[in-house]
Amino acid sequence: MYEFDWSSIPGALPFLWEGMKVTLKITLTAIGVGIVWGTLLAMMRLSSHRVLGWLAAGYVNLFRSIPLVMVLLWFFLIVPRFLEHVFGWPPGGDTRLASAMIGFALFESAYYSEIIRAGIQSVPKGQVGAAYALGMTYGQAMRLVVLPQAFRNMVPLLLTQAIILFQDTSLVYVSALADFFGVAYKVGDRDGRIVELLLFAGAVYFVICYAASMLVRYFRRKVNA
Amino acid sequence: MSYAWHWEVFLQPAGSGETTYLGWILAGFETTIALSLLAWVMALLLGGLMGVLRTVPNRALSGLAATYVELFRNVPLLVQLFSWYFILPELLPPAWGNAVKQMNPFLQQFLAAFLCLGFFTSARVCEQVRSGIESLPRGQRNAGLALGLTLPQTYRHVLLPMAFRLIVPPLTSEFLNTFKNSAVASTIGLLELAAQGRQLVDYTAQPYESFIVITLLYMLINIVVMTAMRWLELRVRVPGYIGSK
Repeated sequence: MYEFDWSSIPGALPFLWEGMKVTLKITLTAIGVGIVWGTLLAMMRLSSHRVLGWLAAGYVNLFRSIPLVMVLLWFFLIVPRFLEHVFGWPPGGDTRLASAMIGFALFESAYYSEIIRAGIQSVPKGQVGAAYALGMTYGQAMRLVVLPQAFRNMVPLLLTQAIILFQDTSLVYVSALADFFGVAYKVGDRDGRIVELLLFAGAVYFVICYAASMLVRYFRRKVNA
Repeated sequence: MSYAWHWEVFLQPAGSGETTYLGWILAGFETTIALSLLAWVMALLLGGLMGVLRTVPNRALSGLAATYVELFRNVPLLVQLFSWYFILPELLPPAWGNAVKQMNPFLQQFLAAFLCLGFFTSARVCEQVRSGIESLPRGQRNAGLALGLTLPQTYRHVLLPMAFRLIVPPLTSEFLNTFKNSAVASTIGLLELAAQGRQLVDYTAQPYESFIVITLLYMLINIVVMTAMRWLELRVRVPGYIGSK
């Protein structure tokens, strides 16, 4: 039988915390940018301007048909090279964290925009009509009437997407960036204790995501009430 | 920009010369397809079973299925993959564990990726099946039971045929996710499509061509699956529901 030995975990906690900070940095950036850019994309898609609609649809469908791993590899391997080529950036800088943040933000925007689009469409048409009747411009109607209601309905879905995103940040492993999972794996590899470190990392992710999904359930009851 | 495009690079001999770079891409493509399809079959069967358990009038069974779903949904795919690959052989009885470790590396990676994707996706299929069953009017279950069908017969002949027809659209997106998630298997060294793309960048010095081709292949898979599932959706739609004519 396998003999467990958890002794390498206490000493590794400071490193694991540093890794968790990287994980959170990527997650929060992607949520922030994803919601803002996703809202713009959703508004473009719903606008009566054809070309804007096509552009947004193309963007969303492109990102949704490619595996996240491929998107990350593009941003780690190809985009930095391209920028060096075109703008003559000095090669060799460590752009991995920036690449990860930008890659995740652009990728998640596509998913957020679909959630937000559905949210905007769930607002009754009469609301927009009423806003226009009151003399509001398109921007005012969106900002003051439609989006606040849409976002209120979307809170559970946006949060669920954030949980998925938080889990997916572990995929920065493909660039050997030291996020929480990357650190756990490295420590396990160094000490020959991969089994324990993987179980520990899995447990930490589970506790955080399970707690967050409880919060989703709470919001869902509140929205439906 | 001074980049020399060389699309003919794919026809050059690769590695030890037995095949071309195109051969590598196709081998990766086949692995991606085989892995995803096998995992999808497992996910449908296991997810269907778990989805049924989620809805049976037995606290212990539905609780078990609920725990199963929470476990696979709240741990990142990558952690699950590494667990199947690194932890499983250690926790199996020594004889089995050693047998796994002595398999050829490709099989070892493929097996871990298959189990990982199969279980991960099954938890998601389970939730879709559950919502499909729960969306049916309660009268359907009661009518089946009133006709003298046993509970398993009611599921087999009344509830599941309806539920599966109703959840074709969400299952389509889970099916697509299975193909996309299979790219994660590149992290344990399985030479599927994404891993071949990475390898091509290292070997050919033509990174743009390599990545463009690999990305297009993923998009191709997407289009084919969506088209096939839309056809299926039309074939099996239930008359009288929104979404059917």
